[in-house]
Amino acid sequence: MKKRASVFLWAGGIISGLMLCIILLGCFWTPYDPTAMDPKAKFCAPSLTHLLGTDNFGRDIFSRVVDGAGTSFFIALCVVAIGCAAGILIGSLCGYYGGLPDLILTRVCDSITAFPSFLLALVIVTVAGPGTENIILALGILFIPSFARIVRSEFARCRELNYIKSARLMGAGGARILFRHILPNTFPVLCSAITIGFNNAVLSEASMSFLGIGIQPPYASLGSMLSDSQSFLHSAPWYALGTGGAIVLLILGFSLLSEGLQLKGQR
Amino acid sequence: MGSDEDIFPQEYFVYFKKKWQSQGTYLPKDAEASYLQFAQTKQRKEAGSMKYLTKKICTLIITLFIVSLLAFLAFQVIPGDPTTALLGTEATAEAREALRQELGFDRPVLLRYFDWLLNFLRGDMGMSYNYKMPVSEMLLDKLPITALLTLLSFGFTLVLSIPLGIWAGSTKSRALDLGVTVLDQIVMSVPSFFIGMLACFVFGNLFRLFVPGDFVSYTVSWGACLGYLVLPALSIAIPRIAMTVKMLRSSIQTQLQQDYVRTSRSRGSGRKKILRRHVLKNALIPVITFLAVSAAEIMTGSIIVEQVFTIPGISRLLLASISNRDFPVVQAIVVVMAAWIVVVNFVADLLYQLVDPRIRLR
Repeated sequence: MKKRASVFLWAGGIISGLMLCIILLGCFWTPYDPTAMDPKAKFCAPSLTHLLGTDNFGRDIFSRVVDGAGTSFFIALCVVAIGCAAGILIGSLCGYYGGLPDLILTRVCDSITAFPSFLLALVIVTVAGPGTENIILALGILFIPSFARIVRSEFARCRELNYIKSARLMGAGGARILFRHILPNTFPVLCSAITIGFNNAVLSEASMSFLGIGIQPPYASLGSMLSDSQSFLHSAPWYALGTGGAIVLLILGFSLLSEGLQLKGQR
Repeated sequence: MGSDEDIFPQEYFVYFKKKWQSQGTYLPKDAEASYLQFAQTKQRKEAGSMKYLTKKICTLIITLFIVSLLAFLAFQVIPGDPTTALLGTEATAEAREALRQELGFDRPVLLRYFDWLLNFLRGDMGMSYNYKMPVSEMLLDKLPITALLTLLSFGFTLVLSIPLGIWAGSTKSRALDLGVTVLDQIVMSVPSFFIGMLACFVFGNLFRLFVPGDFVSYTVSWGACLGYLVLPALSIAIPRIAMTVKMLRSSIQTQLQQDYVRTSRSRGSGRKKILRRHVLKNALIPVITFLAVSAAEIMTGSIIVEQVFTIPGISRLLLASISNRDFPVVQAIVVVMAAWIVVVNFVADLLYQLVDPRIRLR
């Protein structure tokens, strides 16, 4: 088990690390301008000049994929940050203090997590309108319950442990116990939750952009690019393969990481 | 539950007592008392089961109620006046007021909610702002196709993942273990719409087995319709199958390490028998919950995959209504979907109880 966990962690780390490097590099430099059109170079097959070929406007797909992956990554990061921060706050208070508010919030979280996040995001986007901020906000709110649930159960478990009791005896205040003593102990569980949440965020954003209710043009996003590429499946299959491949790699890296973290946590 | 556990009325017991005594069968002195006690416990258990069912049905109704309330309220907090969307920004105040009255916006929210709910239950889902058509008519056209796709896909998930999971979980081989794990991880990471596009490319463009977009409605021909839906259904199902297999496999492997398996082995039961009679029952419990969640995810997946295969289901109507801000349509679709999810969870709860009667006690 130990060996397998480290294999997963290494594989996931290498894939996500590579993607991250490319994305970071893409913030400053891409081989071509992602929005520059070149009518002479329409539908070029992948070659050394265009790594993943060009699309119907002669735009370099590799540069666009890097740009789009950056957008997806940024959105997923914001979503997880919102969900994680609010989830930790709610989950820690509920788990540590318990009582009626805990009961109500747990019920609410349970009923929200029973629904596919996609459906709820759909409602929020219908009401608030599409756009990057609204997507981040909608998905971020939807990710709160799952984090809150995990954090709550960890805090409820730690509450009764001896080191917390002794900290209380030594006169530590609520905030100090919550965030100085218990929170660091929830990191292993939180880490795998974050990686899973990140995957779900990337997938949800890609699905929504694919349907045209996510990131709006002119911003490139992997989902909307995949949706564009569908019309040229026959004439330019590399467009779809390159874009879809980027989504798969982005998700695969993090899912391997989360699998490794879970296996490591089991020991 | 064999026939010996069936409950007979007291007269039957007296009758059997005589018969047994005439046959010389040994009957302990407290046989009658213990029999009555047994019958009582059994009755109480059955009453408990009924109570569980009633409780679950009550929860189902309450959940549906809350879901409908939320779906209604979500569309009441929309920024901006709905009349602006209908009449444009240049409408006069009187025209706006008249429309508000016609749509009933001048009445309290809760009253409107109950009206809407009663109408909804009667099958009247309101009028579409955009098409000036009853929403129920629009849905009736599209919903069966989406439902068919969802059911087909769920069927594939069920039929393929459980045997595969059992096979992967009960076979002991390092190479297989590694292969299944790696394959699972990779397949799980491919979004269903990308699988759909790959399927379109491979089967539509390379092998020319079907024409993407050439959908035949079930009203014309069931065979052609189902035939077209196989690929979309599979592309939704494949990532879910990978997840279910992974789950079932680890669940079976955990169960196989339990003490009762070793005890059963030492008593001479074969591996297959242990697997069938003891391990599977325990291992399937978490999988049922997961499949219920899957049923919900499959439905949202079918909305996306419908776009890939250009199936005239609910997806296009939903997207058009979202961009046109045609709220009654979106509202109706959301409520129908939410109801489906709630009902699936309800069925899963009941199944759960059937497989594991201990659940009732919690």
